Amino acid sequence: MLKATETENMGHVRRTPLFPLVAKGLKYASGERALIDGLSLEIGETTRTVILGPNGAGKSLLLRLLHGLLEPDAGSITWGGEAMSGEVQARQALVFQRPTLLRRSALANLTFVLSHLPAAERTTRAHELLAAAHLEHIAATPARLLSGGEQQRLSLARALAREPDVLFLDEPSASIDPAATALIEKMIANAADDGTKIVLVTHDLGQARRLADEVVFLHQGRVTEVTPAPEFFSRPRTDPARSFVAGRLVL
Amino acid sequence: MTDFSSIFGLALGLVASGDGELYAIIALSLRVTLTAVAIGCLVGLPLGAFLAVVRFPGHGAVTALLNAFMGLPPVVVGLVVYLLLSRAGPLGVLGLLYTPTAMIIAQAVLVTPLIAALARQSLSDLHGEYDELFQSLGLSTRRKMAALIWDGRYSLSTAALAGFGRAIAEVGAVIIVGGNIEHVTRVMTTAIALETSKGDLALALALGIILMTLSLAVNAAVLSLNRTARRLAYA
Repeated sequence: MLKATETENMGHVRRTPLFPLVAKGLKYASGERALIDGLSLEIGETTRTVILGPNGAGKSLLLRLLHGLLEPDAGSITWGGEAMSGEVQARQALVFQRPTLLRRSALANLTFVLSHLPAAERTTRAHELLAAAHLEHIAATPARLLSGGEQQRLSLARALAREPDVLFLDEPSASIDPAATALIEKMIANAADDGTKIVLVTHDLGQARRLADEVVFLHQGRVTEVTPAPEFFSRPRTDPARSFVAGRLVL
Repeated sequence: MTDFSSIFGLALGLVASGDGELYAIIALSLRVTLTAVAIGCLVGLPLGAFLAVVRFPGHGAVTALLNAFMGLPPVVVGLVVYLLLSRAGPLGVLGLLYTPTAMIIAQAVLVTPLIAALARQSLSDLHGEYDELFQSLGLSTRRKMAALIWDGRYSLSTAALAGFGRAIAEVGAVIIVGGNIEHVTRVMTTAIALETSKGDLALALALGIILMTLSLAVNAAVLSLNRTARRLAYA
């Protein structure tokens, strides 16, 4: 058993448990319009949770609420029984749908988040991360000159550089081609295999099938079901989910 | 009235003559202005970045005040600095009045709000783009400010240029606190004012042409730097 001070010094080594992640009665409105409408949810340690639902269901918003980028108008979010804090957030990383990259080289985008390491180690580690993302050849290229797929891989590599316990992904392959998507999904699967909890938002059924251990189905700002993936795809429990899986229009 | 071509010839002649006095005046102009702009950047860029990053009660009022200070009348700034530095003033013991240091202080007061306000504007836009990432990374205010200033450095050069333009062209403040003393505090603009009042319009205009050429050269240098940066997609 490690002492608290020792675990603190070991970065990503599990400290206080983050799970279950519990959201209760979440509400979030934009003007008069309720975007998240009394949403409750419990996510366990199951490795890969996919939040699925049609456009406008509130998926990206939910991700931002869970990660603490937005404050809910009502309701609560707890991680392992504790409220969101800087320390809890530091153990999470988020990959945005549209990669937000610094106006620096690909390498510098990574060293930026490795500032806790000594300078020499920082560069070595950044190169390792680039190699894992198949980006080693463009280390010195300004991040903004990269292709969409390269940018998203860099964005994912940067999130992984923080060695998060929880990795949130907001439609990471929404605007990239199938080959680039395959690389991204491989990186996600590797992270999951290394013990990182994945919470991925998508409206892409194929991606959900490939990645999910568990599916959270979101419809009109509410969770209609949380179901193990095989069961969700063969026998969804609720009407909106049934329609969505069957490829019918969900309104 | 002398025609323009002969004035231009005079300006060229002045530059070509290697006149020590002229070069001393140019050197002092540049020294005072560049130092004032450097101070303005040291204070103004972090201030602008802070206002771009941090929201606090009264944020709007501070921003409005800063924007208003962009248009501070140089003579008023000169007068206030004069009162502070004059023998009877609170900083009189320093004996700075009628020295280049006094001129630097006055110009720094003039350009700092200008640089800060322009920096805030451009860094606010950049912060809008980076905000969620910064939040997700849990960065401290200091790191956010540093990252914004670094990543926005090429657009911030425009703010510094505006400060340079305001300071190099300014006469009201430097003449009050500097006194236009030959070999000590005479700069381009005060020399032009003096020659004009003496009636030597040709010399005044020739000096004006040199001043504008200098200003143009600095602008061109910074802009070409910017263009290179943009080509590299950093800007």
